[in-house]
Amino acid sequence: MKFVGDRYLRKEDPRLLTGRGQYVGDIGLPGMLHAALVRSPHAHARIVRVDGARAREHPGVVDVVSFLDLGSAGRPFPIVPPHPDLRGHNFSMLADGRARFVGEVVAVVVADSRYTAEDARELVDVEYEPLPSAQTLAPGAPAVHDDVPDNLAGRVTLARGDVEAALRAAPRVVQIKLGIGRGGGQPMETRGLVADWNAALGQLTVWASSQVPHQIRQFIGDLLDLPPHQVRVVAPDVGGGFGAKLIVYPEDVLIPFLARRLARPVRWLEDRLEHMLAATQEREQEHDVTVGFDPTGRILALRDRFVHDTGAYTPRGLVVPLLTASMLTGPYRIPAVLSSFESRYTHRVPVTPYRGAGQPQAVFVIERVLDLVARETGRERAEVRLANLVQPGDMPWDVGLPNYRASGNVILDSGDFPSVLRRALESAGYDALRAEAAAARAQGRLVGVGLACYVELTGVGPFEAGRVRVDARGRIAVFTGATTQGQSLETTFAQVAADELGLTPDDVSVIAGDTGGIEHGIGSFASRAAVVGGSAVALAARELRAKALVLAARVLGVAETELQQTGAVFADRRRLERRVTFAELARAAAGATAALGVEPGLESTRFFQPADMTYSSGAHVARVEIDPLSARVTVTGYWISHDSGRLINPMVVEGQIQGGVALGIGSALLEEIVYDQDGQLLAGSYMDYLLPTATDVPSMDIDHLETLSPLNPLGIKGVGESGALPVPAVLASAIDDALGARGGRVTRMPLGLARLLALLPPPDAGSP
Amino acid sequence: MHAVRLTVNGAERQARVMPRLLLADLLREEFGLTGTHLGCEHGACGACTVLVDGEPVRSCLLFAVQANGCRVDTVEGLAGADGALHPLQEAFRARHALQCGFCTPGMLMTLTAYLREHSSPTESDIREILSGNLCRCTGYQNIVQAGLNAAAALRAAGAPR
Repeated sequence: MKFVGDRYLRKEDPRLLTGRGQYVGDIGLPGMLHAALVRSPHAHARIVRVDGARAREHPGVVDVVSFLDLGSAGRPFPIVPPHPDLRGHNFSMLADGRARFVGEVVAVVVADSRYTAEDARELVDVEYEPLPSAQTLAPGAPAVHDDVPDNLAGRVTLARGDVEAALRAAPRVVQIKLGIGRGGGQPMETRGLVADWNAALGQLTVWASSQVPHQIRQFIGDLLDLPPHQVRVVAPDVGGGFGAKLIVYPEDVLIPFLARRLARPVRWLEDRLEHMLAATQEREQEHDVTVGFDPTGRILALRDRFVHDTGAYTPRGLVVPLLTASMLTGPYRIPAVLSSFESRYTHRVPVTPYRGAGQPQAVFVIERVLDLVARETGRERAEVRLANLVQPGDMPWDVGLPNYRASGNVILDSGDFPSVLRRALESAGYDALRAEAAAARAQGRLVGVGLACYVELTGVGPFEAGRVRVDARGRIAVFTGATTQGQSLETTFAQVAADELGLTPDDVSVIAGDTGGIEHGIGSFASRAAVVGGSAVALAARELRAKALVLAARVLGVAETELQQTGAVFADRRRLERRVTFAELARAAAGATAALGVEPGLESTRFFQPADMTYSSGAHVARVEIDPLSARVTVTGYWISHDSGRLINPMVVEGQIQGGVALGIGSALLEEIVYDQDGQLLAGSYMDYLLPTATDVPSMDIDHLETLSPLNPLGIKGVGESGALPVPAVLASAIDDALGARGGRVTRMPLGLARLLALLPPPDAGSP
Repeated sequence: MHAVRLTVNGAERQARVMPRLLLADLLREEFGLTGTHLGCEHGACGACTVLVDGEPVRSCLLFAVQANGCRVDTVEGLAGADGALHPLQEAFRARHALQCGFCTPGMLMTLTAYLREHSSPTESDIREILSGNLCRCTGYQNIVQAGLNAAAALRAAGAPR
């Protein structure tokens, strides 16, 4: 029985459907204290004095801590990954005399209840000296960090060929300016931590709603001076991540610090306002693009210079703008490219990857360019794309730009880009759709059809770990360094392990996100869990089965080739009554002598270190209708063709794509983090920052193409972020089409009602 | 402190509470019913939806004292006493209508109340009734399908549970 490829129903569901999930906020320990954070109300201020005396006197308050109390632990966090062109700065657990964005943590109050801690937070006296703040990407803004007076965190240029010469030689050249605003991952569960210091064991246990528990353990170890074996970090059930739980935040170390300092368990649960104020965000960039092309619409040269807002700190270095710059050309063959950026500090929330990580911006830019070229040449938009796509015979295709990890160039490893586009067009009935839209427009309605293609970088290394262990009762546990925030790894990794072990997914328990279960791990981001973590599980399970065969042969006294496996039972194929179970083998292995020929323990740990990233691809088609009076955009049809290699579980893959598209609709039309000129957040609640609802997201039609990746044992490519990538581009294309010749062109996302209204024709010009 | 007495998932419960204690915190922290989740604490996301005297309410916007004397139903009470999933829970599983599961209890409670009174909803009915419950994972498509399938299953089974 093979389970990879099956729409296996999820093993996590019965727990989550009956209220028996265990999220970090559900964990209560005896004697537990509660923390509330004092956050800067200023975008930029000198912190003159923090006085916790009044707060300490409040009944129920146990402690008040500010920067000076941190001692040697009050050091800036490391930057992951470093980059030679980065002038990097990261935060400490608490602000070190300067606050650099509204919401930065200045002090913390610990009390016997969350209610009391939040009351006492108001009694902490902080004297601020407000300073002018950098709220613009233009040069000349006040410095965010004293040693970076021009706020330039990094400047990078990537190039293929001589773009200036190619632009001079191109028959046609057009320029366009494009912009993308800020948004956030916005998981429905906010961040949170519980930390418990066991003095008898010298053991710090931390439950964190995080995508990277192993990295939290490392930071705790570094900053609190504890060796790894004394720190266990567990990501229990996690209510979504999308990048908002990707970095190690100040609180991830601060709450453990407090638990050890007070020798009491401490819990902190972020509220939604704090999440809006201080969880990392992304996407803000301003692009200036020049494209050279021939009369048939073939692109000959592309130059993009952009400015990237990195916020007040760079916990993830230059990852986001590097991804935008290196992925700029998408699935297209462009002979000469220059892609350069300046990443600038502002007194705003730090910018780190969220679902898509710089790539939605790249897709928006290149797909707007393709639409522009189509318009300029009078060719149909899909035809222009087909004329420029990398062909299957070109694979592997060297894009000619270094990848964001600088481990080599972006090499598109596999895929059939023309086929995914054609299949998307077919399933949408593209030609008929366009004809219908044109007919509707002729009657005065604002109906349009859009399309966009994309490739997505997935399966990032350096490695992921997998461990498979059979215990003396025959229970099979799979440990992975990848984590799950809803991606269904408990099911999909069980499918992978079951196939390797000759068992069923129900025989296998998957434990993700626990540093106590597996020593090394990286975590889940960059659409990597299935590719890298799934491959590690496959390798470990394969090795474990080989070990079981050696053991069974020894125990039964036959050659391995004489064994027959039926479920958890190995038997002598000639005398089936001579049999031994996984449980019995585990007991034998637990006392293995040298004569048994295997090392003790029926378990295996393997790492998968991918040689390179693997790239998913696809195409989306959308139909929209705009209400000319309210400017509301309704997505009335959505078709997807997607290639992420072999599908472990198509049901799960489709769910990832549907969720990604929903998030993309939010970042195209609804969601925007807005600050005023002083850096005060103007979108601090779900009344101001609008997530898509069930009435905003259409049903989608999804078609799969499976071209296998040559870069991992399962042939898979990542999918978690794919759905989100092309949505702003495809909706911009559709909205342009709906407005036809009568409106402005979409050059900025998110669109929002105000921006869209400005594009609409005046009401009196409503009839054609 | 005030004494409150409620019927939670059919069982009599009582507690002494601060006047400002939220119903959600009473359920989660005092009664240990952590299936009710807090996503925004300002009444916008719907994750904390429970039924009070049969009506869906945001337990983050209600004080515990306001629920005094009321019947409160939470996600923990949906499955049968034998552990059998409610048809709505079954439909959610069959249709992959949950990923991280954090919004799911609110979705289930909102739909439970709705399907009791509307046995033959359309897709747009379901989308409308769910428009006050945010989900960041699924894109809603499978939740809507699960709601429709559950309605059909409940119809087939006779009276809704």
